[in-house]
Amino acid sequence: MKKLELVYTTFIRTTPKKLWAAITQPEFASQYWGGRGNISDWKKGSPWYHSEDGKLDEACVVGEVLESHPPKRLVLSWADPDRPAEISRVTFELEPLTDMVSLRVIHGQIKAGSETAKNVSRGWPLVLSSLKSYLETGKGLDVSCGH
Amino acid sequence: MLDAVFKALADASRRKLLDQLFKSNGQTLGELCAHLDMTRQAVTKHLRLLEDANLISVVWRGREKLHYLNPVPLHEIYERWIGKYEGEGHRLQALSDLKKGLEKNENPKG
Repeated sequence: MKKLELVYTTFIRTTPKKLWAAITQPEFASQYWGGRGNISDWKKGSPWYHSEDGKLDEACVVGEVLESHPPKRLVLSWADPDRPAEISRVTFELEPLTDMVSLRVIHGQIKAGSETAKNVSRGWPLVLSSLKSYLETGKGLDVSCGH
Repeated sequence: MLDAVFKALADASRRKLLDQLFKSNGQTLGELCAHLDMTRQAVTKHLRLLEDANLISVVWRGREKLHYLNPVPLHEIYERWIGKYEGEGHRLQALSDLKKGLEKNENPKG
């Protein structure tokens, strides 16, 4: 089966700690990620989910924390709860530069041509520019539900 | 940063390279060269400009250097330029509708 891999890079004027918090703390994520946050204790092996108001039954992405090295590297499995067998993998890599952080998001093992492929390839550029805008200006962009 | 993006996009060969990556993401230099009527050196030069503009992400897999399309800066251009004027367009449309509506009301025969 053909697999799709997406690799996104963005440079954000912030610190790795703030960026890590923006990804892992729902009260921050909900301000740039269409009102939804990522919920987990972020320990290796723990579940995580992407949802509004912290409700698991309304999650539009679910998965497991595969690696967690704050504030440098986070690896998650990623699945649509309606298609739990289609599991892809997301890696966040944070690398400090002089006055910025380079954030790389690698979304791999996606089934080519799938609904997930369509959704995430549309969603990530929007979410990442909104994240950049949120951290640099305090205001995210209008991100409607891409799922 | 956006200057570099505009500069990188202002060249047909570089846009072609981005189209190639859109069709098949994560290609090596050799794979990209196979589809293009350009020397390896020219492709390398174009790829470097695209990388500097952050329009492609580069990932090393063992000894292979893979190139991925990175549309994030295009989104920033959209937000900075296109979205803004689109919003302006909506306002102009609304004003134009309002004007038409007012003219209609002012002219009982119309």
